[in-house]
Amino acid sequence: MIKFVLMVNRQGQTRLSRYYEPVELSRRAALESELVRVCLSRSKDQVCLPDFRLVYRQYAALFIVVGISDSENELSVYELVHNFVEVLDKYFSRVVSDTIMFNLDKVHIILDEMIQNGHVVETNKSRILAPLTALDKMADG
Amino acid sequence: MSDVVEKTLTALPSLLSLDSQPGSGKLSSTSKLGNLIRGITELTSKHEEEKLIQRELSSIKEQVASPNTSMRQMKELMVRAIYCEMLGYEASFSYIHAIKLAQQGTVLEKRVGYLAVSLFLNESHELLLLLVNTVLKDLQSTNLIEVCMALTVVSQMFPKDMIPAILPLVEEKLTHPKEIIRRKAVLALYKFYLIAPNQVQHIHNKFRKALCDKDPGVMTASLHIYLQMIKENPEGYKDLTASFVTILKQVVGGKLPMDFNYHSVPAPWLQIQLLRILSLLGKDDQSTSEMMYEVLDESLRRAEMNHNITYAILYECVKSIYTIHPKAELLEKAAKCIGNFVLSPKINLKYLGLKALTYVVQQDANLALQHQLTIIECLDHSDLVIKRETLELLFRITNAQNVTVIVEKMLEFLRLSKDDYTTIDLVGKVAELWFIETMNTVFSLGGDMMQPDIPNSFLRLLSEGFDSTEEDRQLRLFAVDSYVSLLQGEPGRLPQRFLQVISWVLGEYSHLREGLEPATTLRLLAKLLDMKHTSSETKSWVLLAMSKLCEGPDCVSLAQELSERHGGSLDTVLRQRVQELRHLSEDAELRASVLPRDAAQEPLEVDSSLSFLDGFVSEALSAGAAPYKPPHQRQEELAQAKALSLEPYGLSLPISMSSCSLADRQSPTLLSMSSGLSGNSTDLSHKGGSTTLKLDGVKRVWGKDGYLAQKEPVEESAQVEVPSPLCSPSRQGGADSTHSQTPTPTPTPEPEKEKQQLASSLFVGLGSQSSVCLMGKSEQTPQRFRRKAKGQGSSSGASEQISNSHYSTQSTVDNLLCNNLLDSTVTSDLAVSTPEQTPQLSQEVATTNGTCDAEQDLIEETDPGNSPSLIRANSTVTADPPAHKDPDRPKDSCLSSHLPAELAGLSHSEIIPLCSSQNLDLSACHVQKEDALLLVIFIENSSDSDIEQIGGGEKPQCVGVPVFPDGEEASGSRGAGWDGVLPAAFWGISSHAVLLQTSINQFHQVHCFLPSDLLLSMALLTQSMLVSCFCLTSLLFLCLGRPLCVSTEEYGTLWLAFSQDTKQNLALLNDGQDPLTATLDVLKNKLQLHVVDIIGAEGIVACRLLQGQPCLMHCRVHAGSLAVWLRSPVPDLPDCLLYHCQRALQEH
Repeated sequence: MIKFVLMVNRQGQTRLSRYYEPVELSRRAALESELVRVCLSRSKDQVCLPDFRLVYRQYAALFIVVGISDSENELSVYELVHNFVEVLDKYFSRVVSDTIMFNLDKVHIILDEMIQNGHVVETNKSRILAPLTALDKMADG
Repeated sequence: MSDVVEKTLTALPSLLSLDSQPGSGKLSSTSKLGNLIRGITELTSKHEEEKLIQRELSSIKEQVASPNTSMRQMKELMVRAIYCEMLGYEASFSYIHAIKLAQQGTVLEKRVGYLAVSLFLNESHELLLLLVNTVLKDLQSTNLIEVCMALTVVSQMFPKDMIPAILPLVEEKLTHPKEIIRRKAVLALYKFYLIAPNQVQHIHNKFRKALCDKDPGVMTASLHIYLQMIKENPEGYKDLTASFVTILKQVVGGKLPMDFNYHSVPAPWLQIQLLRILSLLGKDDQSTSEMMYEVLDESLRRAEMNHNITYAILYECVKSIYTIHPKAELLEKAAKCIGNFVLSPKINLKYLGLKALTYVVQQDANLALQHQLTIIECLDHSDLVIKRETLELLFRITNAQNVTVIVEKMLEFLRLSKDDYTTIDLVGKVAELWFIETMNTVFSLGGDMMQPDIPNSFLRLLSEGFDSTEEDRQLRLFAVDSYVSLLQGEPGRLPQRFLQVISWVLGEYSHLREGLEPATTLRLLAKLLDMKHTSSETKSWVLLAMSKLCEGPDCVSLAQELSERHGGSLDTVLRQRVQELRHLSEDAELRASVLPRDAAQEPLEVDSSLSFLDGFVSEALSAGAAPYKPPHQRQEELAQAKALSLEPYGLSLPISMSSCSLADRQSPTLLSMSSGLSGNSTDLSHKGGSTTLKLDGVKRVWGKDGYLAQKEPVEESAQVEVPSPLCSPSRQGGADSTHSQTPTPTPTPEPEKEKQQLASSLFVGLGSQSSVCLMGKSEQTPQRFRRKAKGQGSSSGASEQISNSHYSTQSTVDNLLCNNLLDSTVTSDLAVSTPEQTPQLSQEVATTNGTCDAEQDLIEETDPGNSPSLIRANSTVTADPPAHKDPDRPKDSCLSSHLPAELAGLSHSEIIPLCSSQNLDLSACHVQKEDALLLVIFIENSSDSDIEQIGGGEKPQCVGVPVFPDGEEASGSRGAGWDGVLPAAFWGISSHAVLLQTSINQFHQVHCFLPSDLLLSMALLTQSMLVSCFCLTSLLFLCLGRPLCVSTEEYGTLWLAFSQDTKQNLALLNDGQDPLTATLDVLKNKLQLHVVDIIGAEGIVACRLLQGQPCLMHCRVHAGSLAVWLRSPVPDLPDCLLYHCQRALQEH
């Protein structure tokens, strides 16, 4: 199962974080900086830590880091990350780091459609975006 | 799909263009959120961040409280608060406003409100209750988007107790016409199932309906529930197997709409989910498994595209195939698949392959054999994760035979690893593998001779545990398992202390092992009671353990039977225990209160001052009893009163030890010793055994310092034993001729060979074919091993001959070693006796000449850099007079000038001629380096002509053999092959076998440099020297003792840390004004001790063995003698030091 999804930049600043298992707010910052340290020191895509394994993908200066349990299938999560980015790309036309920062709420809403309780609940791109586009439509109209 | 959504989708292009310039589109650059984001991106330090966020927080706090804030502004405030929390700064004041936003906002504002709630609050937060009404209202809304939002938040978090309030509404949505609503309702029910399964029990049939929903999305959502339910109870859902199989078949067959594809793979995550469900259903169930063979096969076949996601599916597929009831054809395909993964150059695939392999080897270890070489390569992979995964794999295949190599590899990794997490994990594993096994060996070996605090501290360690509960559990479980199997074996051989430990552990922790009936354990324990060697102390341990365990009717009857049998015992303690057992077995409640489970770590109230005896004592004193005196005071008084000498009988013990072991080696057992050396080291320690250890049946894998590094792979040593003493000369000739072929450089490159050796030692004991299969893969390997073995065969065959004919040489060597090398006193008659052996030795030289030629070739081919120093030009004629013609002449100064420069300045023992032939003289001495003991062997050509292999008489060659090396610098001066490094603090009983093993290895290495006769003499020499060294640990000290420089404070700390304790009185020298200083000076000079401090009549002294174990000595002048008190972590060290102190003082 998926334990958290993080987006961090090269400087180690968190751009998005979503935890599917309760983690104390005070512990998060330390955990995140540790993860960034680990990711930056490697060029590959999987890292093992004691309680979870990390799967991460780098998009330009942005890392998407996913913490998963031992029993999870790393490669499927690895591709899930890419699917997520493709969805963001589809929604924002061209997703860059700034897009995510300025649309943090929407990125979260998209993520919520894809992952709930640490499980992949939807991977069909148009279905992931359906509620959000509907919201946009209503807000505009 | 909802109408709204469809409309939206048509409007999408315009929306997208609107959004294409994010940031500027919706957020004015002057907006507060824009400012914050810019602020965050421009941050350069943690300090700045803190300032910025604190400012932001107070600004948010101010605004959210303001009644004028619109919902639109509130939404922005919430996003800002989310940012603050994301960076780790609590914004708890905004939580209530997030709920308010969800309640009052419209559309996107509401959604952000819900989002903020789900990000801010955890599932048990009390504010969540305030959300229930909002959710309730939204679920009933006519606006589908609001219903959607409510269902989304419900499936993320919802207060457990409020489920009944909304459950009917959610259930209702299951029949909603819009798929998105149905899907979200199913997910909400899944959440309910996770947090309160009993609340949704009544709607299981609705789950089935969802599974059969015409929309694939709804069906997919329902799989989450099913995966969870099947995980908990696979039996209940076997009837659904056919449905899951059909669904998977349709998905794999591409029957889903195209938009479910991901990179043209049909719904990969759905496939993975289905495969997981199938493997749960098919586990240990043949008929169910049979239903899925076809679809699994198809999945394997279809997933041939070259994309990560297909690999992910393949991995899941392989896992399923190995989980369900096996089918050979599928297993073969899956194995091939794993092979492709493991062999892939892509790190991700390799990783996945190793992970799959790790999973698979638990079912079928043979698969690891097929990939052993790849696994070895992975061990040295540059990527740490791959390495780690490989170790994980090795951890799973660890067995008694390969545990040493695997633990070695783990420790190697540990040394390189900087990563704390890895370290913690790995240390746990090593400890698990190592700790219990080592302690088992320690207990079996140490037996009842052991200090009682060792088992005590072991038990304390086990009960107190480490930081992680899971690790503790594993460790205890491992202990229980290993003890149960020990008891099922032959418990009669185990020492009493070990049996006590076993009883305690089983009593305390056997409940951890599922499926182990207490009655089974009880019967195993009861068996111990009937053994005649079991002491009554052990019996009471056993009975106590049984009292902890007895549960259920079986046990009651067993307890009764025991009480009948042992109730009449003469031992009162035993009778008491039996009674306790009977009563406790009958009264479970009483037992639970008397012997609570897992209570071992709770502190017991112990009144160590024995205050409850105060009354009794004062009564006794008033009645005229003598006051209490501590034992040492009593002893001293006793000594004074009776004037009895408490001095021990001086040298008698060590002398008898040495003579005994000498005799031992002079006996014909020598042969079996030298041939058994490389093979069964346990035998050796029996024969050399001057101690009282019982080593029967205990595999010698572990030593004091952990595993004993056995450099010879198992196969090799097994074959070495083949040449028997019956070896005929012709056979030997044959062996020699094979041997002379050895120089042809082996076709396999060196690293490859190492890998294969490593593989053979790692994968030992796996699978049925075991060692046959190990090397079966490569054609060259077995050949090479065979050849090597023959080479060894010839040498060991020859060694037998030599040792037959040079029987007395052997003993000479022994005497020399004991008396000269170790004690530094020359006895010249021994040296004189050597020439008598000469003719025989020279014969040997003649017979082995053929070999020498070939060996010279080898040198030239393999080691050109080294050969010049050993093979000299033929033309030189010796200038030195042959040494053995003039035995009286002191050779020492002459030879010592040939000591290598780095050793020249160090103190060395006198150089002892070992043996000589017409052409060759062999002498040796030992050199004491700061951190090592070096045996230097001089090889001198004493003839007029040249021997090809050895330089002419112009200059003796010398070779340093590190006996106690600490690193490479300790290796010899000439031979590059002398780099076998032995662990430094070898000590005591178990070490000499390994040393011998290593020295044999060294001689194999040097094979190529020296003629075999020399080699053999040296081999014998070193062997016997080592044997003497390690049989007579007491002598060892003279060569290995080094001062330990500590301050008085450090000394104090150390003193308290050591457990081994010895007290003795020594003679005091009276020649100086200050007898204490004089005595200590003598000791210091003779034994290389360090005098830490002298205060008044007391002095403290410290020393250690090379860089290893320390020994502390406390001296006090008392009644004309020196009362010494020694402490050390090693049991024998104080005795040994004491013995040498006595000798040193006597000699003075």
